[in-house]
Amino acid sequence: MAIKIIDHAFDPYYEIQRYQNTQLDHLGAIGATSLFIGTMRDFNQGSQVTGMSLEHYPGMTEKQLELCIEKAKGLWPILDSLIIHRVGTITPNEVIVLIAVWSSHRGDAFDATRYIMEALKSTVPFWKKECLETDAERWVTSNTSG
Amino acid sequence: MSIKVYYFASLKEHVGSSEHELDFTQSLTVNEVWLQANATLVLPKNTLAAINMDYVDWDSLVSDGDVVAFFPPVTGG
Repeated sequence: MAIKIIDHAFDPYYEIQRYQNTQLDHLGAIGATSLFIGTMRDFNQGSQVTGMSLEHYPGMTEKQLELCIEKAKGLWPILDSLIIHRVGTITPNEVIVLIAVWSSHRGDAFDATRYIMEALKSTVPFWKKECLETDAERWVTSNTSG
Repeated sequence: MSIKVYYFASLKEHVGSSEHELDFTQSLTVNEVWLQANATLVLPKNTLAAINMDYVDWDSLVSDGDVVAFFPPVTGG
């Protein structure tokens, strides 16, 4: 299991491959890998968005992400997981979040990935501030319904 | 007794500071911490609270050395 909070752009496919090649546990038991990759849109709530800054609460962020994974492990037989989340300045098309879940069977991997993502969005202390085409800034005050 | 109070995101802007130190002589709830630190400020609706990086209710008691945090609903992912 790995959690990374990073302040620079990253290639999720490279990170998955590197994790699989160097850190993944339970290799022989894995039958399913489920991925969620969230990228930044150039629009939100009816406005064109040119960038955003992502603030977080260091320490609590990692603690709450670990809790998300522990809860998912209590519900599905997850073998391993990788979460990477951006902070700092982000521009459209850049990846915000990667969640990878490995398990023996696809249903568990799909369900656990969705669960972790929804738990992240509702409990992990990240906050987005958008920069609009007009140069105005605004805090994102709620998540989209998904 | 002494605690640290942190503010994040829009609440940091609302308060005008990212942190406060607060000294007190008797037990305080999280709600009383907010009132002591920010008596003149309206508490924004839906503000969340944490003690030592765990979510807590507003009637939770804080202890000496605790770190209390106030912040708006989270919007990551």
